[in-house]
Amino acid sequence: MYPAPFEYSAPTTLEEATALLAELGDEGRVLAGGQSLLPMMKLRLATPGHLVDINRIPGLDRIEHVDGHLQIGALVRHADVVDSQEIADASPLMASTAPWVADPLVRNRGTVCGSVAHCDPEGDWNSVMLALGAEVVAASRHGERVIPIEDFVVDYFTNSLQAGEMVTAVRIPRGDAGTAGKYLKLERKVGDYATVGVATHLRIDGGTIVEAGIGLTSVGPRNIKAREAEAMLVGEAPSSELFAEAARAAALASDPASDVRGPADYKRAVVEAYVRRGLEACVRQISEEG
Amino acid sequence: MTVTAPRPATPPEIGGLGHSVRRKEDDRFIQGAGRYLDDIVLPGMLHMAIVRSPVAHARIRSIDTSAAEAIDGVVAVITGDALAAHGLAWMPTLSGDTQAVLATDKVRYQGQEVAAVIATDPYVARDAATLVFVDYEELPAITNPQQSLAEGAVLIRDEKEGQTDNVAYEWETGDREGTDRAFASADLVVSLETHYPRSHPAPLETCGALADIDPATGQATIYLTSQAPHAHRTLFALVAGLPEEKIRIIAPDIGGGFGNKVPIYPGYVVATAASLLLGKPVKWVESRSENLISTGFARDYHMRGELALSSDGKILAMRASILSDQGAFYADAQPSKFRAGLFHICTGSYDIPYAHVTAKGAYTNKAPGGVAYRCSFRVTEASYLIERLVDNAAWKLGMDPAEFRRQNFIRKDQFPYRSATGFVYDSGDYHAAMDEALRLSDYYGWRSRQAEGPTEDGKLIGIGLASFTEVVGAGHSKEYDIAGLKMFDSAELRIHPTGKAILKLGVKSQGQGHETTFAQIVAEELGIPFDQIKVVEGDTDNTPYGLGTYASRSTPVGGAATAMASRKIRDKARKIAAHLLEAAEEDLEWEPGRFTVRGTDQSVTIQDIAFAAYTNPPDGEEAGLEAVHYYDPPNMTYPFGTYVVVVEVDPADGTWKVLNMTAVDDCGVRINPMIVAGQITGGLTEGFAKANMQWITFDEQGNCIGSNFLDYLVPTAYETPKFTLGATVTPSPHHPLGAKGVGESATVGSPAAYVNAVLDALRRRGHEVDNIDMPVLPHRVWGAVNGVEAKP
Amino acid sequence: MKISLTINGREVSADVEPRTLLVHFLREDQGLTGTHIGCETSYCGACTVLVDGKTVKSCTMFAVQADGASITTVEGLADNGQLHPVQEGFWERHGLQCGYCTPGMIMSAVGLLQEKQSPSEDEIRHAIEGNLCRCTGYHNIVRAIEYAAAKMRGEEPPPPDWEEEEVSV
Repeated sequence: MYPAPFEYSAPTTLEEATALLAELGDEGRVLAGGQSLLPMMKLRLATPGHLVDINRIPGLDRIEHVDGHLQIGALVRHADVVDSQEIADASPLMASTAPWVADPLVRNRGTVCGSVAHCDPEGDWNSVMLALGAEVVAASRHGERVIPIEDFVVDYFTNSLQAGEMVTAVRIPRGDAGTAGKYLKLERKVGDYATVGVATHLRIDGGTIVEAGIGLTSVGPRNIKAREAEAMLVGEAPSSELFAEAARAAALASDPASDVRGPADYKRAVVEAYVRRGLEACVRQISEEG
Repeated sequence: MTVTAPRPATPPEIGGLGHSVRRKEDDRFIQGAGRYLDDIVLPGMLHMAIVRSPVAHARIRSIDTSAAEAIDGVVAVITGDALAAHGLAWMPTLSGDTQAVLATDKVRYQGQEVAAVIATDPYVARDAATLVFVDYEELPAITNPQQSLAEGAVLIRDEKEGQTDNVAYEWETGDREGTDRAFASADLVVSLETHYPRSHPAPLETCGALADIDPATGQATIYLTSQAPHAHRTLFALVAGLPEEKIRIIAPDIGGGFGNKVPIYPGYVVATAASLLLGKPVKWVESRSENLISTGFARDYHMRGELALSSDGKILAMRASILSDQGAFYADAQPSKFRAGLFHICTGSYDIPYAHVTAKGAYTNKAPGGVAYRCSFRVTEASYLIERLVDNAAWKLGMDPAEFRRQNFIRKDQFPYRSATGFVYDSGDYHAAMDEALRLSDYYGWRSRQAEGPTEDGKLIGIGLASFTEVVGAGHSKEYDIAGLKMFDSAELRIHPTGKAILKLGVKSQGQGHETTFAQIVAEELGIPFDQIKVVEGDTDNTPYGLGTYASRSTPVGGAATAMASRKIRDKARKIAAHLLEAAEEDLEWEPGRFTVRGTDQSVTIQDIAFAAYTNPPDGEEAGLEAVHYYDPPNMTYPFGTYVVVVEVDPADGTWKVLNMTAVDDCGVRINPMIVAGQITGGLTEGFAKANMQWITFDEQGNCIGSNFLDYLVPTAYETPKFTLGATVTPSPHHPLGAKGVGESATVGSPAAYVNAVLDALRRRGHEVDNIDMPVLPHRVWGAVNGVEAKP
Repeated sequence: MKISLTINGREVSADVEPRTLLVHFLREDQGLTGTHIGCETSYCGACTVLVDGKTVKSCTMFAVQADGASITTVEGLADNGQLHPVQEGFWERHGLQCGYCTPGMIMSAVGLLQEKQSPSEDEIRHAIEGNLCRCTGYHNIVRAIEYAAAKMRGEEPPPPDWEEEEVSV
C-alpha cells in the first residue's frame, strides 16, 4: 500500500521532459496515467528512482488528424476514446475496444499510449494497434522518430524505446469507407485481464476484402499479429468458410500458456471462435452501413 | 409478492415488526462520517507493519533486524523470540489448537507472520519491513489434504507433542449400520465427489487493531475489527494474561465481516504486545493482500456424498465423507463439540431415514481459518452437497428435479422434525416455498423454452434448483459453546425518564442494520418509536456480555434477548401503570405504547410510565425502568427456501450468463422486510461469486493464487445477476418473535442452484456430466462440453 | 513538495512527500476519513473521489499530482446540511449495508449522473463496475442511483421494491 520513496518532476514542456529522461537514464520513468505503474509501486514490484510526470505538458491530450493518420496523444485517456466521435469514425475497432479496458475509474486516468508502451501481453490496446498497423511516435532529446507497432512491441513487458525516449503519441491509419472492427474479450469479470482477446479489422471494397487485421491478446509472451490469417483474407470475398479457415490459422498463430484462466487448448479454441465471430461482426457492420 | 405475515401491529411512526423503515445508521455512512478502525487516530500513535514469509514451508535459520532498526523513525522490530520471552509466541485457536503469533521455529504457509516493525509513520514501517532479512531453509510444501495424509508426507506440526501425522481431527456422526443396511437394499445409488474450493470472505474493510495500553494504569483499550468483542476480550485476557477488567475492546463501525472478523489474528496480539512494550498506541491495519493470504479462509472441503434410492424416487439414506483442508493450524470458528461444524445438517430439506457422516481434517501448508463465511459453521458445504446430489439423483431417475424434491421433502405436518443426524427442525413448509419459487420464476415456461432447443446464437438453456434448509442461531448452551463460552446472547434496555431508550447488545453489526432492526423490536414490544431508541454495540465496557454476530445468530439470539428484556420492562411498566391509574394490574390492557383500564378510556402511555419510574415509583418498587436479559435459545432456527436459476451457456467459450434468478426465502417473521431483502440480494451475489469466479488456489510450491483483487475475483455490478425475490413466512415456534435469521441463507442456498443450472444446460444437450467443481469457470464448462478434462 | 489545491471548496496548501498517495493525504493530513481504502491494486474503488470533476481512484494518484486541482470527496457533497440526491437515494433505497464502499460508490454515481441524466440499468451497472460492494449484491445500489437520477431530473422516483410486498393476514 505504501510506495518506496522516489524523486518527482513535473516538466511543462516536452523538451524539459526529454532532457530529464536523458539525464536520468534507467532511474527515470515516465508517469502518465499511472494506472499500471502505481499499483506496482504500491506492491513495491516497481521502485523507480525518479518519476517524470508528463501530465503538465500541454498538447499531449489531443486526438487529431496528422498526415492521413489519426494521432492519439500520450495523455489521451481511455475514457476520451470511449467518448470520441473522431475515433468512432476513424476506427470502429478502437471504439469497440475502449469500453473493455479496465473499469470507468481507471479509464478516466489511464492512457492509451501508456498501455501501448507497457507492452503487457494481457493489455488490449497492442492487439488493436497490431491489427490496425499503427505507428508509435517517440521523442527524445535528439528529436522524434516513428516506429511501426510491430517493431515497437518486442516481448513480454518490453518495447523498443531507447534510453531517454518516451512515447508522445500513437497513430492509426484513417479508416476509409467500408471499414469495420470488433474487439472481443473473454474476461472472468470486469477489470480482469483478458483470458483471450481478439481484435479484428476489415475493410471491404466492392465485395472484396482489401484490408484485414487480426491481433491477439493474452495468448503469448506478447500481443500477436496473426499474419497468415490476415493474408488469407485479403483479396477474397467474405464467406463463412473463409472466416473459419482464417480463424484456424489465427488459433495456430497463438501461443497461449496453461494457467488459472484455462489450459492452452481451451484458449486456442476461444481464439478460433472469437476470430470467426469478430470477422462476422465486421461484415455485419459494413452491410449495416450500406 | 405476497407475504402471509401478520399485518404490522404498530403504525409506521412507531416502526415495529414488518415496517421497512429507513436505517438509522445510514445518516452517517452516506456522509462519510462512519467511524471505522483506520479512521481512529490517537495522540502519539505508532504504526505497525508485519514481515511475512514468502515461502510456504521452511525452517527459520535466523532473522536479521539490524538494517530495519537503523531506519529513521523505526521504534522497534519485534520477532517471535521476543514474544516467546513473554509466553506470547503461540496462542490458542477457536478450535482448541495452537497457532504461532510470530514464527519462531518454522513458517508453515506463505504469508505467515514472522516479525513486526513499529514506526512513527506507516510508510516508514513498510520501508523497514522490507529490510528485515530472514534466512529460510525450505521444506517441501503440502498444498492439499490428499498429499498431507499420504505416507511419508513431511510433518507440518512437528512442534506439537504427540502429533505424528498431519491429521487435525477426525469426527463422525449418524447411524453407520442403519445407513449401510439402507444402501444394501437400494435400487440405485447416486454419488458425487466434489471440492468446495477455498474461499475468503474479503469484507471490503480489512482487519486491524489499534491497541492503547496506558503504561501508568495498565488499562488496555483495544480497538478491533471484531464481530465478537466480548469473546475477544476474554480470549485476550487468557492469551495475554491481562486482567479482564483492565481490557476494553471497542469494535467501531465494521466494514463487513462475513466471518472474517471472528478469529483473533496474530496482528492483533502483536499490536497489543507492542503497545504494552512501548507504552504508546500502536495501530495495525492489514493490506488487502495480507487479508487474503493470512486471515480466515472458508470452505476447502473435499466431499463425497451418496444417496440410496428406491426406483420410484424415494431417498432411503445418505452417506457423506469429508476431507477438509485446515491449513497449518486448525482454527475453525465453530462450536467446540462439533469438529466439522454443523455439516451434519447435510440431509437438508429431505425426509431421509438414515444418514452417516464422517469427517477428517488435514494440516497443509496453507493459511489457517475455516471461518463460517456468511454461513453457519459448514452449513454451506452441507447444503451444497445435498442439493447437488438431489439434482444428480433426479437426472439419473429421469425425474424432473422439482418433482423429485417435492416427493422427498419433509412435510409440513412432520415438524418439529428430528433429522437422522439429530437436529430438531423447528418449522417449515418446503412445498409452499418451492411452489412459490416455481410460480415466480415461470419454471415450467422455462422448461418448455428449453425443450425447444438452443437460442438463435447457439446458447444452451439450463435450469437449476436448490431447496436449502439452514440451521442458524447457535445455540442452546447445553450443546453449543465456543472455547467454553456458552452461546447465549444478551440485551440491556433502559427507558429514560422522557420515554426515550437505550439498548445495549452483546452482538455486533457489521452492516446488518442492528441499530434499526433491534430498535424495531423494542418499538414492537413497548410502542416507543424506533427512532427514539439508541442502539449501542461493540464496547465491552458498556454492553452486556455476548458471543457476537456470526452464523446468523443476531436476530435469533440477540433479537430474542431484546424482546425478552422489553417484556420484562413491560411487566414492570404494568405495575407502574396500575399505580398511576389506581387500577389493578389484571384490569390493564396493553396495546403498543399504552396501558388502558379495561372498559374505560383511562390510559397511560409508556412515556408517562417511564417518567413515573424516575419521579413517582410505586411504593416498594425499585426506581428506574431497566432490564437485562441473557437469552439461551431452546433450539436453533431453521430458515429455508427454494432458488431457481436459469442460465444460458455458450458452448464455444464455456461462459454462462444468468437469465433469471428467483429466490423465495422463508426466514420466519420479517422484522424489517427491506433489510431482509438486502441481506438476500447480498447473499445471492456471494453464492453467484463462488459458483462463477471466486476462489483461492495454490501452486505446487504453496504460493497463493488469489492474494489480491486481481486474482481473487469478486463480482462487480455488471456480472452480478438481477434478482427476483419472493417470500413465504413460517414463524419459528420457539423464538419470541417467530423470526429465524436470514443473513446467510442466500449464500448457503444459492451456489448449488447456479451449478445445477449449468449442468442442466449441458445434460439436456447430451453431455453426460455429473460434476463441475466450483467455480464453474468457462474452461471447465468448455472441457465438459468437449469431453476433456480442463484443469485447473 | 509544496502543493495547493481546493478540497470541497476549501483552499488547502500542504507540504507532502512525492510518494504520498492522494487517499492518504485526504485521510491522514486533511482528516477526511470518509474516503476509504479497500485494496492496493486499484480494484475496489472505495477511495473514489472527483478530481476536476472526473471520478478517480485516489489510491492510484499521488497527492503531488493534485497540485492545482479541485477535489470533491463524500464530505463535500451535502450542501448546507441538504443531502445530495445520490446520498438521499442510497438512504431511501437501502443502497448500503456496512457503509464501507458507500462513499466511493456514491462518488461514482455522482460522476455518472453528471454525464447522463437518464441512465439505463445496464449503464448504471457499467458505471459502478469499478467499485466493489461485498454486502448488497448491488441490486439496491442500482435502485438508489435510479432514485437519484429521477430526483435530479425533477421527477418522482420509482417506488421501492419492497412496497410491492403486500402484508396480509
